Amino acid sequence: MWKTILRRILIMIPEVIILSILVFLLAKAMPGDPFTGSINPKADPAQIAHLMKINGLDGPWYSQYWNWVVHLFHGNLGNSYQYQEPVTRLIAGRATNTLWLALFTMLLTYAIALPMGVFAGRHEGKLPDTIIRFYTYVTYCIPFFVILVVGIWIFGYVLGWFPTTGSISITASGWLNTIGSRFYHILLPGILGALFSTVNIVQYLRSEVIDAKHSDYVRTARAKGGPTKDIYRHHIFRNSLLPIAAFAGYSITGLLNGSIFTETVFSYPGMGLLFINSISYRDYTVITALVLIYGILNLLGTLLSDIILSLVDPRIRIQ
Amino acid sequence: MPNKIDQQSSISAADLTRLNQEAQSEATPSTARIIWNEFKADRPAMAALIIIVGFILFVMVAALFIDTPKMMETNIMNYFNPPFSAQDWLGADSAGRSIAQQLIVGSRNSIGIALGLTAISSTFGIAWGLISGYFNGYVDWGMQRVYDFMMMLPMLMIIIVLVTIIPHYNAITLTLIFSLFYWEGTSRLIRSRTLAEADKDYVAASITSGTNQWKIIFNQIMPNISSLIIVDTTLSFAENIGVETGLSFLGFGLPSQTPSLGTLIANANDPNNITQYWWTWLPAALEIIVLCLSISYIGQVLRRAADASQRQGMTN
Repeated sequence: MWKTILRRILIMIPEVIILSILVFLLAKAMPGDPFTGSINPKADPAQIAHLMKINGLDGPWYSQYWNWVVHLFHGNLGNSYQYQEPVTRLIAGRATNTLWLALFTMLLTYAIALPMGVFAGRHEGKLPDTIIRFYTYVTYCIPFFVILVVGIWIFGYVLGWFPTTGSISITASGWLNTIGSRFYHILLPGILGALFSTVNIVQYLRSEVIDAKHSDYVRTARAKGGPTKDIYRHHIFRNSLLPIAAFAGYSITGLLNGSIFTETVFSYPGMGLLFINSISYRDYTVITALVLIYGILNLLGTLLSDIILSLVDPRIRIQ
Repeated sequence: MPNKIDQQSSISAADLTRLNQEAQSEATPSTARIIWNEFKADRPAMAALIIIVGFILFVMVAALFIDTPKMMETNIMNYFNPPFSAQDWLGADSAGRSIAQQLIVGSRNSIGIALGLTAISSTFGIAWGLISGYFNGYVDWGMQRVYDFMMMLPMLMIIIVLVTIIPHYNAITLTLIFSLFYWEGTSRLIRSRTLAEADKDYVAASITSGTNQWKIIFNQIMPNISSLIIVDTTLSFAENIGVETGLSFLGFGLPSQTPSLGTLIANANDPNNITQYWWTWLPAALEIIVLCLSISYIGQVLRRAADASQRQGMTN
């Protein structure tokens, strides 16, 4: 077990190094330099050249890369040009917003998908199954941003049930009100995100349940005279649940990519919106940091899923 | 000829003809015939197919008759013309440009990019999956590490960064940039099927008789997983429509003077547009929904045709 995890982590190291080189080269390819933000327009070009020199930015790319990595490990990602504050502090503020939204979406996705998958599998070929399969077919292929736009139009503007912008109401005061207002703001994006990302879990669980229905242990449980409801709840569901838990790691990747659209449509101040704004302002230090963070989060998500899968399924460990 | 057979073999020529006919009538029909039967049996699928093919042909031809630079000129007299008026039957946007015309040209651009992206990324993904799955061993290990790395990349962000770095880009460069990143799903699927297929006896027999490896991969294994390839390509076409439109929606797709379904939907980012001037973005949104549902429905029918136990059409 530990060998598998260790090997998996060893493979990760070169991936992270290549990612950081790629991000660094992309940042180099962008016009401008890290000091454009911290100087005023009247600054002497010689001064900038001096700053470049003392920060080791005048050498060949590999020595610059080394300096950048050393700074990275000291937690120094530079200053943001647009917001005039350290990138680490800026992103830390936005990251909590994104993570709350992602967490809520994920919990809701599971809350919707698990009963649906079991229900569809249990009533295979009957009306509920047909309805659920139609639902997964509809949600499978429609691009997510279209759903967000139509959703915010119907529920945010026409019906006026939900706020359409921001992460908290400006009039909110007191901790209870603050939490309530925050929750109210992630409700609509969370529901839309959850409703449209259940497909994988529902389909997987449905086929698992259908397979399990005809397996020997279920037949034994039935022969013993256990009530059907309990058989589904204690025998089939528990057996199908662990592989499903492994999906949690992979869904981080999807949620992060989706966060760019969600936060743009809902003007929700998280990392995705920060990225889009930074691109518009050519705020390179922020862009570099965000691409790196998203890449590493993706990697950790995959790692988490792989570890859960190898815990659950011994066959994966042998490979 | 018949006499010759009579002399050489114990089966008479008449019997041989009869047996041949029997075998042909009982033989499995070709893939194309199975798919056609499936569409004939499922009327909604037939409707979806006609809608998609008809619509794509319509926008391709109609877009030829529209002068794009002239269409994109600002015409302040038509400022937010309401729909169903004599001049613009779908209304006009804040610059007085006809929504109907933008919709046609935009559909042409978006569908064209989706088709190109599907063609390039599927070809690459299929080749990648076949090679990776067939050779197994070190080749597969190396290719899988590349795959893992690509999966880790925050694709959307890297594409946006690339688009901002490249100074002059057009529809073709954009398609190529997308193709760099959207082949993984296909390659994974094809690889897992190829792994199973490469263990089968016909592959072993072919290897023993000394067939060239590439011939085995592309002439023998590939035709055997063709149904999977057809289904996957159709479904990725439906997904790829969302790729370019999504980036254009964010403002990083096609340049602003080239209309796309995404830029039309981006009109909804303005709170005034989304409520008062719904005609500037809603038709494009509905069009994407209908297109994706129809293509995906066709994909479901193809998947059914590929799986003998689920077919609805008569096989003979």
